[in-house]
Amino acid sequence: MSTFSRRKLITGGVVAAAGATGLAVAVKLADHYGLIPPDAGGIYGPGEALTYAAQRLLTRHSMAREFSRSQISAKPLMNEVDPLGDEFKRLQDGRFADWKLAVDGMVARPRSFSLEELKSYPQRSHITMIQCEEGWSYIAEWIGAPLSRVLGVAGALPQARYVVYRSIQADWWESIDMADALHPQTLLAYGMNGDDIPVGFGGPLRMRVARQVGYKSVKYITRITVTDSLKQFGKGLGSASPEAGYAWFAGI
Amino acid sequence: MAEAVRSRHSLLVRVTHWIMALAFLALLVTGLEIVVSHPRFYWGEVGNVNTPVLFKIPIPASRRLVPTGYGYLLPDQNGWSRYLHFQSAWILVLTGLLYVGVGTFNGHFRRNVFPARSEITAKSLLGSVIQHLRFARPGPDEAWSYNVLQRVAYLAVIFVLFPMIIWTGLAMSPSFVSAVPAAVNLLGGQQSARTLHFVLTWVLVLFLVIHLLMIFLAGFWDRVRAMITGRAAEPLERV
Repeated sequence: MSTFSRRKLITGGVVAAAGATGLAVAVKLADHYGLIPPDAGGIYGPGEALTYAAQRLLTRHSMAREFSRSQISAKPLMNEVDPLGDEFKRLQDGRFADWKLAVDGMVARPRSFSLEELKSYPQRSHITMIQCEEGWSYIAEWIGAPLSRVLGVAGALPQARYVVYRSIQADWWESIDMADALHPQTLLAYGMNGDDIPVGFGGPLRMRVARQVGYKSVKYITRITVTDSLKQFGKGLGSASPEAGYAWFAGI
Repeated sequence: MAEAVRSRHSLLVRVTHWIMALAFLALLVTGLEIVVSHPRFYWGEVGNVNTPVLFKIPIPASRRLVPTGYGYLLPDQNGWSRYLHFQSAWILVLTGLLYVGVGTFNGHFRRNVFPARSEITAKSLLGSVIQHLRFARPGPDEAWSYNVLQRVAYLAVIFVLFPMIIWTGLAMSPSFVSAVPAAVNLLGGQQSARTLHFVLTWVLVLFLVIHLLMIFLAGFWDRVRAMITGRAAEPLERV
């Protein structure tokens, strides 16, 4: 009986040690291949890591569903917007002619872009669904310059792993990995349904991330920072969302 | 010694049962928390407060965007609810796969869950339904084997309801459906998937209520002990 228990104990110990080592190796490998999200530290970390890793293995190049013109929502729902401040008001009075998008960080040529310059690049549009994490949704056409084009003009360096983007609303900043940043449907959008984006929907410039829920499509974009690590931004969780208790990866 | 060998429920069944029970409870609570932020349901691809509603739950919401008629908001718990919902979903799916995988190979389903061919007759099923409707306390043999209605119910939960609720959940993920668009297109749209996910939740809750009711009827502590320790009272003829 006692030898049986001892054998069981040893076997159990070996299995547990092998399991722990295997898990550690798996985590290390996953991190190497960029499959661990920046907010994987907390108690919900394992779930987030599984979701993000599974999504990146399955959906790196997949395209968000696009809809026909007849499916565009007649009355898209405008989410609530906090007061935008004096600087926004000033720019709005000038019909956003002075709106600037700064691009910095790991780029060969840090610089600013005017809306006019963004509009001079080959335009891309898609009719996609925007889903709020609350549960509601609408379909709209988004028109803009692919983020990949702007990153190309600024000369994003090969070691870049994430793109951080900020709103004129100081509390709003987000980031995406290069799979989403270079994705053909990720737009610096200046148009919606054939017109300029209304201010309530993020005009004059909204980051449109088609494969993630609405809160990644930040409104009023003023600055983009290319980086190889998210540790030095905010609390190091990747964006403002995890700091407010929401997942960084919102493709679900 | 015989008692130690003979276990009412195998270790696999007992461990996976409780892990999945906890994961399901977490999914239920967090799922309802998420619904509270927008307690309205739609059919088709899109839905918001500007579109026709299929049905709404007459409760206050946790977000200002929804006109509920109540003058106040419920606490907003969406952030951690979403984190926990998806983590619990992973736990439930992985544990469920282990249960179904091992259960298929070690004969658990064949022995304990699939009804015997002789039981799948209208007469046998009807007899079992009548017995249940009488709330008859099950005989001692049922401490060691599932009855036919129980088997059918478990099969429906394991092979129909859980796969459906996982499917409708995945169909709401914009990223997942970018790779597998059929997952949402077959359901008629993303809002249809959300509505079906909600309806399936209540079907599973109905199962849970009946499951608990039956356990109370059969003897709560006997059944719970059997699912924790594996021990159950030996039926007389076997002693």
